[in-house]
Amino acid sequence: MNFPILSSITFLPLIGAFFVFLTRSEKTEKNNGAIYISIFTSFLNFFISLFLWYSFDTKTSEFQFVEEIDWISGFIKFKFGIDGISILFILLTTLIVPIAIISCINSVKLRIKEFLIALLVLETFMIGVFCSLDLVVFYLFFEAGLIPMFLIIGIWGGPKKVYSAFKFFLFTLLGSVLMLVAIIAIYWITGTTDVTEIYQIKIPHEFQYLLWLAFFSSFAVKLPMWPVHTWLPDAHVEAPTPGSVILAAILLKMAGYGFLRFSIGLFPIASDYFTPLIFALSVIAVVYTSLVALMQDDMKKLIAYSSVAHMGFVTIGIFTFNKQGIEGSILQMISHGLISAALFLSVGILYDRTHSRLIKSYGGIVNILPKYSLFFMVFALATLGLPGTSGFVGEFLVLVGTFKVNFLVAVLASIGVILAAAYILWLYKRVIFGKLENPQLKKINDVNYLETSMLTVLCVMILLFGFYPDPLLETIKVSVDNLISNYNLEINNKLTLK
Amino acid sequence: MIAIKFIIPELFLSISIFSLIIIGVFLKKSFEIIYRLTILVIISIIFIIFSANFETEKIFNDSFVIDKFSIYSKLLILVSTFFVLLISKKYIIDIKNNKFEYPIIILLSILGMFIMVGSNDLIMFYMGLELQSLALYVLAAIDRDNIKSSEAGVKYFILSALSSGLLLYGCSLIYGFTGSTNFEIIAGISNEFKIGVLFGMVFILVGLAFKVSAVPFHMWTPDVYQGSPTSVTSFFSVVPKIAGIAIFIKFMYLPFKEVLSEWQYILVFMSIASMILGSVAAIGQTNIKRLMAYSSIGHIGYAIAGIASGSENGFKSTLVYISIYVVMNIGAFACILLMKRGGKYIEDIDELSGVSKNHPLMSLGLMIILFSLAGIPPLAGFFAKFYVFMAVIESEMYTLAIVGLVTTVISAFYYIKIIKVMYFDEPRKPFEKFVDYKIHGSIFISCFILVTFFLYPSFLNEIVSKINIF
Repeated sequence: MNFPILSSITFLPLIGAFFVFLTRSEKTEKNNGAIYISIFTSFLNFFISLFLWYSFDTKTSEFQFVEEIDWISGFIKFKFGIDGISILFILLTTLIVPIAIISCINSVKLRIKEFLIALLVLETFMIGVFCSLDLVVFYLFFEAGLIPMFLIIGIWGGPKKVYSAFKFFLFTLLGSVLMLVAIIAIYWITGTTDVTEIYQIKIPHEFQYLLWLAFFSSFAVKLPMWPVHTWLPDAHVEAPTPGSVILAAILLKMAGYGFLRFSIGLFPIASDYFTPLIFALSVIAVVYTSLVALMQDDMKKLIAYSSVAHMGFVTIGIFTFNKQGIEGSILQMISHGLISAALFLSVGILYDRTHSRLIKSYGGIVNILPKYSLFFMVFALATLGLPGTSGFVGEFLVLVGTFKVNFLVAVLASIGVILAAAYILWLYKRVIFGKLENPQLKKINDVNYLETSMLTVLCVMILLFGFYPDPLLETIKVSVDNLISNYNLEINNKLTLK
Repeated sequence: MIAIKFIIPELFLSISIFSLIIIGVFLKKSFEIIYRLTILVIISIIFIIFSANFETEKIFNDSFVIDKFSIYSKLLILVSTFFVLLISKKYIIDIKNNKFEYPIIILLSILGMFIMVGSNDLIMFYMGLELQSLALYVLAAIDRDNIKSSEAGVKYFILSALSSGLLLYGCSLIYGFTGSTNFEIIAGISNEFKIGVLFGMVFILVGLAFKVSAVPFHMWTPDVYQGSPTSVTSFFSVVPKIAGIAIFIKFMYLPFKEVLSEWQYILVFMSIASMILGSVAAIGQTNIKRLMAYSSIGHIGYAIAGIASGSENGFKSTLVYISIYVVMNIGAFACILLMKRGGKYIEDIDELSGVSKNHPLMSLGLMIILFSLAGIPPLAGFFAKFYVFMAVIESEMYTLAIVGLVTTVISAFYYIKIIKVMYFDEPRKPFEKFVDYKIHGSIFISCFILVTFFLYPSFLNEIVSKINIF
C-alpha cells in the first residue's frame, strides 16, 4: 500500500486543531496565530485533495486509494476508499472550509480560537464521512459532526441559539439512532459491515424494506426532507455565518451522499419500492418550501427554505435511477454547495455591517455597494438556475432524467424552478434596488479585499462549472454507470424470480 | 492449607484493615496517614492480584472461586476505588469530615465485594453482600452532623435491609427446593425443580436490582446520592455498581442459566424501565448529584440490556459497558468536586453557568465526559453502547434496542443541557481556583481515555473475551 493519502486528508485538520489549541488565547479579539495555523492547515488540505483528484483514475469504478486496518478486532475494519462520487464531495469540503475560516475573521468576534478548533474538527468528521467504506466508520463520523456543529450554533449563535442548537442536535440524533440499529442488524445478517463486501453478498429482499426505512429516517432528517425540515431554518438563522456556510454547503450533502452510497447501493429493491414515497415528499418539499421562502422576511431563513427546495431536486434526481437523473443530482449538490455558501457569505457580509438580516431594513444597496451587488446578482441567478451557471446544469439534468420516468413529478418539479426565480429575484429587488431609505446604510463600505477574494473564488467556480461541467461529469461518469448497472441487475433478478 | 495461597488478596485486605484500625486508634490526628496507607494497600493488592496466575481455582468446598471473571471485577473495583480516594481527599478535609474510619470502611466494603464477586455459593455470596452493604450504610451517614446525610444513611439502611431480607428468602427457597447452595449444583438440577427455583430467583433478582438500583427498585438512589457527602456519592456511583453488576452476571449465567427464557423477560422489563426512567426523570433535576443518580439508573439499564440478551457476547458487552461507565463517572465526579465557591461546595447546575469563560479546561473536560455519557461518537461512551446493542440485536431483541437508542436521545437532552449552561449562558462569579493535581489528573486521565478510545476500540474486548464463567 502506498502513502495513506485519504487518512492524511481526514486527520490533517485534527492535527491543525491541536496546534490551534496550543496557541495562547489572547484577551484581545484578534488571535492571529490561531487564524494563520488554521488557514494554513485548510489550504494544505485543499491542495492535497487537488493532488488526489489529479491522481484519481476516472476509468475505473473500483474504489481507489483503499486503506484498511484492523480496528475493532475480529469484526470491523477501519476502511477508507473513494470512487468518482465521493471525491467531488471531498473537494467541495476542502474548498469550502478555508473560505469559512477566512470569513471567521470578520464575523466571529468572540473566542475565535475555540471556533477555529470546532471548525477544523468538523472538517475531519465531514471528510471522514465521504471517505469511509465501512458502515460503522461512516456512522461514527456522521454522528460525530453533531458535537462541533452544536457548539458552533450554541456558542456563537444569535438570540435564539439555545433553542436552535437543541433542535438541531436532538432531531438529527433521533434520526440517526435508527440507522445504528439497522447497521448492527446488517452486521448480523451479512456478517460484515464493509460496504464493498455487502455489495457482493447482497442483503436478502425481505430485510431490505425495514433497513431502508431506518437509513431513510436518518438521511431524511439530515437532508432535510419535508416534513422533518423544520430544524434547518432555525439552525441557519441562528448560526454564525461560517456555521451556516458549512451547514448548507457540506452537512446537508452528507445525506445526499448517503442516499447514493447506501440506500441505492445496499437496498436496490427497497429503493425501487419506496420511490413513490421519495417523489411525493420531494415534490412537496420543492413546491411547498419554495412558497414558504416567498413569504420570509429574514434573508437567512429565505435561503434556508430555498436549500430545502433544492435538496428536493436532489432526491428526485437520485431516485430516477437513470444516468441523467443521478449525474444531475450530484452536480446539483456540488453547485448548491457553492451557491448556498456564496449566498450565506453575502448575507453575512451585510449582517457584519448593519447587524440586521431583515429584508425590509435594506433597499437601494446598489448605489453604495456596486461590487457587492454584482456578486449577489451572479449568485441569485445561479440559484434560480440560469443557463451558464452551475445551478442550471444540475437542475436541467435532473428534469431530463425525471421526464423519462415520471411526467407528473417532472412538471411539478418545474414549478419549483419558476418559484425559485420568483423568490430569489424578489429578494434581490427588495434588497439591492429601490430607494436607499435606511440612514444607517449610508455609512457602510463596499466589500473589502478578503471578502472580494472569497466571493470571486465562488463566483468563478459557479460560472466555470456552468459553462464547462465536463471535469465533474468525467469524474463521476464511470461510478454512476456502475451504480445504475448494479441497480438494474438487481431489479431484473427480482423480476425474473417472479 | 493450599487454599490459603489463592485468597492472599482477601487475607491481606483483612489484615491491613485490622492493623489500620489499631494505628488509627493509637495515633493522634491519624486521618492523613491512614488515608495514605489505604491507598498503599489498594496499590499493593493490585500488584498481588497481578502476580498470581490467572487460572481457575475452586476452593473451600467449591464455595469460592478465583477465575478471570472475578479477577477482572476485583481489579476494576480496586482501580476505581483508588481514583475515588484520590479525587475525594481534599473534599473530605474541606468539609471537616476527616475521620480515620472513612478509608477503613471503604476497605471493608471492598472486602465484602471481593467475597461477593468470588462466591460460588449462596451463603458465601450473602456474607459478602452483607459485609459490603453494612459498610455502605455507615458511609452514607458518615457526615453525621448533617441531617441530610443521616437521612440518607437511615433511608438506605431500611430499604436495603428489606431487600436483603427478600434476597435471603429467595436463597432459602432455592436451598429448600434444590437441597444445595452451590451455584453449579443448582444450575445442574434447576430444571427438575423449576417452580421453586423460579420463585427463589425472582426474590434474588429483587435484591440484586436493589443493589444496582435498577427500576423499579431505584427509589433510594436519588436521595442517597444527594444526601451523602460528594466523596461518598462518587464512591457509591462507581464501585458498588461494578460489584453489583458482576454478581448479577454471575447469578444469571451460572445458577440460573437453565431458566434463561424465564429471567430474560424480567431483565428486559427492568432494562427498559431503567432506561426510560433514568432519561425522563433526570430532565427536571437542578441538583447535579441528583441528576447523576438518575443518569446512573439509566446507565444500569443499558448494562442490564447486555445481560438480558442472554448470550456470551451479552455479558461481555456489559463488562465493557460498566468499565467505560466507571471511567466516565469518576471524571464527572472529579469535576463536581471542583465546584467550590466561597469555601462551600455547590451542587446546583445553574451555578455552572458560563464556567467555560473562567475555567476553560475544566469545562472542556466536563463537556467531553458529558458527550461521552450521552453516547455520542467518537467518544468511548458510544462504543460502550454500541457493543451492548450489538449483543442485543444478535439476540433479535429489536424492541429493546430501539427503546434503548431512543432513550439515548432523551438522555442526550439533559446532558447537553449542562453543556448549554456551561458554554452558552452568561458567566457568573468564578469558582475558587485551586490546584489539586489528583483531581485535575483524574479528569485528564478520564478524558484522555474517552477521547482516544476510538483509536483502538477493541482494547477492552480483547481482555474481556478471555473471561469465561461457565
